Amino acid sequence: CHDDLDQVPPYDLTSATVYEDFSNYKQVLGKLYAGYAVTGQQGPAGDPDISGGDEGFSSYLRQYWQLQELPTDEAVIGWGDAGLPDLIEMDWTPNNQFVRAMFSRIYYQVALTNEFIRETTDERLSSRGISGANLELAQEYRAEARFLRALSYWHALDLYGGGVPFVTEEDPVGAFFPEPISGEELFNYIESELLAIENTLVPARQNEYARADQAAAWTLLTKLYMNAEVYTGQPRYTDAVTYAQRVIDAGYTLEEEYLHLFLADNHTSNEIIFPIAFDGLRTQTYGGMTYLTHAPLGPTIDDLRTEFGVDGGWAGLRTTPAIVNLFPDVTGTIDERAIFHIAGHTLEIDDISQYTEGYPITKYRNVTSTGQPGSHPTGAFPDTDYPMFRLADVYLMYAEAVLRGGGGDAGAALQYVNQLRQRAYDGDAGNISANQLTLEFILDERARELNWEAHRRTDLIRYGLLTSGEYLWAWKGGVPGGRGVQEFRRFYPLPSVDVIANPNLVQNPDYR
Amino acid sequence: QGLSNSELQVELAANYSRNKPSYVNKSLNEVLTDLRSKFGIQFSFSADVAESIQLRVPASLEGEKDAEALLNKVLLPAGLNYKKVNEVYIIQKAVAAPAAKGERSFAPERPASESRRVQADVTVTGQVTDETGVGLPGVTVVLQGTSRGTSTDYEGNYTIAVPSTDATLVFSYIGYTNQEVQVGNQTTINVTMSEDAEALEEVVIVGYGTQRKSDLTGTVTAVSEEEFQRGNIQTPEQLIAGKVAGVQITSSSGAPGAGSQIRIRGGSSLSASNDPLVVIDGVPVDNQGISGTANPLSLINPNDIESFNILRDASATAIYGSRASNGVIIITTKKGEAGQKLRVNFSSLASLSYNPRTIDVLRGDEYRAAVNQYASPGNRELLGEANTDWQELLYRNAWSFDNNLSVSGTIKSIPYRVSVGYLDQDGVLLNSNMKRASGAVTLNPTFLDDHLKVNLNVRGVQSEHRFVDEGAVGTAVNFDPTQPVYADNEFGGYFEWVGDDGIINLLAPRNPLSTLEQTDNTSNVSRSIGNLQLDYKFHFLPALRANLNLGYDVSQGEGEIILPATLASVYLQGGSRSQYEQNKTNNLLDFYLNYTEEYEAIRSRVDLTAGYSYQKFNTEVPAFPTLNMEGDTITQAPRPNEFTNVLISYFGRLNYTFRDKYLFTATLRRDGSSRFSPDTRWGMFPALALAWRIADEPFMQGIEALSDLKLRLGYGLTGQQDIGSYYPYLPRYAYSNAEASYQLGDQFYRTLRPAGYDENIKWEETETYNIGLDFGVLNNKFSGTVDFYYRRTNDLLAFVNVPAGANLTNQLFTNVGSLENRGVEFALNYAAISNENLTWDLGFNATYNQNEITSLGQAADPSFPGYLVGGIGGGVGNTIQINSVGYPRNSFYVYKQVYTEDGAPIERLYADLTEDGSVTDEDFYRYQSPDPDVFLGFTSQLNYRNWNFGFVFRGNIGNYVYNNIAANAFYNNLDWPGYLLTIPASVRETNFVSEESERLFSDYFVENASFLRLDNINLGYDFGRIMNDKASLRLSATGQNLLVITNYSGLDPEVAGGIDNAFYPRPRIFSLGLNLSL
Repeated sequence: CHDDLDQVPPYDLTSATVYEDFSNYKQVLGKLYAGYAVTGQQGPAGDPDISGGDEGFSSYLRQYWQLQELPTDEAVIGWGDAGLPDLIEMDWTPNNQFVRAMFSRIYYQVALTNEFIRETTDERLSSRGISGANLELAQEYRAEARFLRALSYWHALDLYGGGVPFVTEEDPVGAFFPEPISGEELFNYIESELLAIENTLVPARQNEYARADQAAAWTLLTKLYMNAEVYTGQPRYTDAVTYAQRVIDAGYTLEEEYLHLFLADNHTSNEIIFPIAFDGLRTQTYGGMTYLTHAPLGPTIDDLRTEFGVDGGWAGLRTTPAIVNLFPDVTGTIDERAIFHIAGHTLEIDDISQYTEGYPITKYRNVTSTGQPGSHPTGAFPDTDYPMFRLADVYLMYAEAVLRGGGGDAGAALQYVNQLRQRAYDGDAGNISANQLTLEFILDERARELNWEAHRRTDLIRYGLLTSGEYLWAWKGGVPGGRGVQEFRRFYPLPSVDVIANPNLVQNPDYR
Repeated sequence: QGLSNSELQVELAANYSRNKPSYVNKSLNEVLTDLRSKFGIQFSFSADVAESIQLRVPASLEGEKDAEALLNKVLLPAGLNYKKVNEVYIIQKAVAAPAAKGERSFAPERPASESRRVQADVTVTGQVTDETGVGLPGVTVVLQGTSRGTSTDYEGNYTIAVPSTDATLVFSYIGYTNQEVQVGNQTTINVTMSEDAEALEEVVIVGYGTQRKSDLTGTVTAVSEEEFQRGNIQTPEQLIAGKVAGVQITSSSGAPGAGSQIRIRGGSSLSASNDPLVVIDGVPVDNQGISGTANPLSLINPNDIESFNILRDASATAIYGSRASNGVIIITTKKGEAGQKLRVNFSSLASLSYNPRTIDVLRGDEYRAAVNQYASPGNRELLGEANTDWQELLYRNAWSFDNNLSVSGTIKSIPYRVSVGYLDQDGVLLNSNMKRASGAVTLNPTFLDDHLKVNLNVRGVQSEHRFVDEGAVGTAVNFDPTQPVYADNEFGGYFEWVGDDGIINLLAPRNPLSTLEQTDNTSNVSRSIGNLQLDYKFHFLPALRANLNLGYDVSQGEGEIILPATLASVYLQGGSRSQYEQNKTNNLLDFYLNYTEEYEAIRSRVDLTAGYSYQKFNTEVPAFPTLNMEGDTITQAPRPNEFTNVLISYFGRLNYTFRDKYLFTATLRRDGSSRFSPDTRWGMFPALALAWRIADEPFMQGIEALSDLKLRLGYGLTGQQDIGSYYPYLPRYAYSNAEASYQLGDQFYRTLRPAGYDENIKWEETETYNIGLDFGVLNNKFSGTVDFYYRRTNDLLAFVNVPAGANLTNQLFTNVGSLENRGVEFALNYAAISNENLTWDLGFNATYNQNEITSLGQAADPSFPGYLVGGIGGGVGNTIQINSVGYPRNSFYVYKQVYTEDGAPIERLYADLTEDGSVTDEDFYRYQSPDPDVFLGFTSQLNYRNWNFGFVFRGNIGNYVYNNIAANAFYNNLDWPGYLLTIPASVRETNFVSEESERLFSDYFVENASFLRLDNINLGYDFGRIMNDKASLRLSATGQNLLVITNYSGLDPEVAGGIDNAFYPRPRIFSLGLNLSL
């Protein structure tokens, strides 16, 4: 009669049963991708993957975006949520809830992908009788899981530096204390993983939409190599050139209209290499693109429904004058990448909490390229996908890596940059000459081309400008005119709760 | 006449003394035969009487040395005594009452009076009734000083012949005080017997059985109906608020049927449940919520409850093993009584409640001036012309009616009670309402010469709720008072904030009146709880009983929330129509054997219980889509859900009593729970207790004033398995709903997520040490108890961070750390006045409790502040409390406010506690906690002739509350993108302007919320017998929540959890009640 104590949930699957049926595999794979987009098993919220804070705040993309943008010249946000002003003022502590949420999300993705990789080894697959086409598919899925794990480990490396926990499919699930890994070792691991799966992944542009292919891995390798000196002390610009070139050769083309990259039908773009997919009806969250399409809008903007396809604005995000001033004019008449809302706003920011101070960037919209609103009836959740990797970024990385001595073709580099400028200027008016193509120009061009696409912090670190007093912007370091901060703030601290939960972790001494 | 009804009397006596089961039943005939053979003495008795009288006698006469003492012992309870004439013992009907109170007074025996024979007898008739006017059958009526007597019949009537002079009749009945009446020249004597409360209190109910109060070793408090809180009480736990030391009952809000936070000795856990186990008629009930009702206990009609027994220390609770760490509340419902004639009771209560206070906010010219000073120029134009008090709009004078009818009696020797009740309660917040129809049937017959006792209870409740969006309470505080209530628009005609383009401003609060009036949120909940208990006393071994209890608790809750398209919050999506349902079943099988034996030779009594229990809880949650009013799907139905929890237990208890003075209890329970893996699911929970009835020691006999003194020592280990999650050890994969699908290619996939799990998760264990002293002074005029306790919870089940990457989530329920509670409970009862016309009883109880977290997590990093808890309003994700090692649970974690010389808080200036030159979250410190240091209750009950008057005060000392409403009072809070707010008038004291969120964390807003509340005043008048003696009537008036004395600046200092953020206010209630008995 004690058998009754063995209860199993009738509507869930157990680990023992889920992998018996191959049709479940894609749903598990779907979760690995969905982990970047949604916050749990109930959209938009209600059954979170991770807990300890607001579910919408815990969104992978939302936090990645905030940690990459808020400490930079690209963004300020007016809300008073605990720890949010600290991200702008660069005085976060190890208890910062956003720093913690990002860390939790990264390691959630690592644990999820580890679980899938562990359950899809060739031995396990054959022991379950999975063979033929299914076996090949399972191997593709496994390679994609390894790509996603490498992506998240790269985020860990880039945001937190070394000393982060390291777990792979070799580790069990349960109560143990993962060992920390140095930045250099983690760099090597990410590189080796991407190289190992390079040939198992589906060839570039051949995979189903929103799934990673070879070009996604090459782009990630390029990004890894671009900042290799930050991570390991050793520059790897030659490798950056090599892998950027592979992406460029894969047949992606620039989207004709810059704005179309950020609209509800951007899944049709041939420029986006790896998106995070959203859907107004089927992939809903309060983070991700919902945040990016709502937070910059506010009461100073009319026609939210018709022009932006959303149900309202959250009156939060704006950019600093430093970014606005990179453009020849603020209206976008000359450079169409200047997508600011100006009416009712001041350029200068005296008080971050005032939505009307600073210009919102309004490029993320839930309307299609033909002006149709997204699928959600009220626009509460957008269809717009997030362009995590896109060709323009690879062009600019190629150009920069060439300039930094990585070899490659300087003429091609100039040509790639000018292709972006031609799109922005609708002609040759913005073209630059070879001697205008400097590292400083590329940094500025990256801000013009890739603003609010979560590259800025990484870029500023590569240029040594994130923390130093050499380059200031409004509210850097918590003062209106900006000031330098301690260099250790180029990496975020390990969250306190994680240091206590794992005695093997050692906090960056500067953060103690 | 004579002894014609004596069997009945003896049977009642036998029933009453069933709690001394070291005895067996024998007929008087058998007893006397035994005594004759043992002591060689002769008896004279009437054989037909002796055959039919059953006596409770020691199972064995071994060790009995004194025949006369033995005779006294066995005869007295049967209402008999003896006289000795020339070595012959003559057995006769006793004059004095049976030994209900332990009185052993014999009436002086006189030889049959000569004069009686010469005087003509007079026949006296009459009826004996109880306090409610119902005839009492089986009352012994004896002519004082003689063996002449009779018993009342089923109507309570009697007839007796008495001498024409100097006759005194003595009326006696088990459980009632004896009455003596001088006959004089009366021929009709009606007598009202009053209950002997002391005698009734003697038995307390413990897990799986009962115990005499005097035999108790653990800390158990019984609260019976007479002591309940009175007035408009809709949920059972409120009946005992403030009545029991160590038990804190805090209602969560003033909503109809709202739940309460019940904490016994402060609770033992951090993230697992701190709720006590509730056992209703032997059925442990699920204390998780039932969808569609605010509080599952509100589905028990308080009018059906006879008593609460509250088990607090581990020696008392350990018999419930893994569910006992937070104490046990045993609820016993009313039953019929054997031999009782038809009794009908009707009660009706009408109540009027209103909201006594609203929050003072900036309004009128003061508000306009503030807006003109602080709002941006564009927003100043938003000011309207109206002067609306949004809070007043939401509240009403609410009526409530509660009618209850019960019928009890005996049909063909089967005692029964049937009751029905109907409650219709309006809440003070517009549209909130609860209706509850309840019915209960109990049958408790006995069979096989009393060897088989059957107890059948079936109760059902159907309740309908209309819930309101309680968020409107907070919204109304801040809603711009210059805006009109109504406007000509598409939002149902209610004013709403819209942008210049007429599109609704998503960020603005919604019109609170519209929210209440346009929301249709109703539920329908049914619940039935019942059990069949069979208690069989073996024929061949009457000391052995077998008890089988089969119980169930089933409930179904379903509800629908309809939000019309004109409701602003769902205007864009065209309204909303959603539905929910939940079905729960809880089945119980308990079986135990009890062996009770008196070993006179070694002056010992043994009471041994061993049993088995199986209980299964199942919850099914069907799923429904959310539609808009057009019928379009807004959210697709998720997958349904179902959870099951099974508990299998073995338990045993030994009570050993030596010389009636030295008491020993040992308990052991072994529990298996389906929540844990086969390796960890079994837990062992032992307890030991000793008690010493010091007052019974010879060396205490000289101290006349001391009537009772008992010392109790207890130790026990109890467990906790109620962690919310049902399968925390099991690796499992859950599907997403449609809205969390992900696109791969052209297809959207519902994803499969592996859940985090801890395969080693196990019981949380609480060790309890208890020292208690029970005392009575001056014949128990003063009586009371003091208990000291220390509790340590180990393997604390907490929801904590797991090492990043090691599991499939970031936080998990796991065993980590420890928590200590220590405290003192004190209860004192004082029978200030006790005479025929006037009684005045006073009760006081106080509890001191402190808790401290002693360990958290495997790593003891001193730099780790702790786990943040206690979300607050203002920003998202902000918390105000922390669980840290070395501090009380849920300590407030705040900045230290800096003040001017005049004592005004300086805006944005906080102490730099780390002295590092800047104020960051490292400068937070731990300041007080929401748990009171001391909580107390004070009760008075005064009865004067037909009047009675009582009141209950309840208070907390040292409970702190974070005033979240005041914390959002700053001038820049007036001005928001596209709309305005008003702010609480407390801003006049702080003059805070800045919206910087650090203000939220100032200790200025953590206030000492000590309070004294006048919970209840009641006045009753008993009209006695009315309508030609056919009925009795009692009227009462009650006022509840009449007065709160506190320094707390918010509306109500009693806030479960300690964060005051505009909850449904507790109303003030006035009630008139009527109680009619036939």
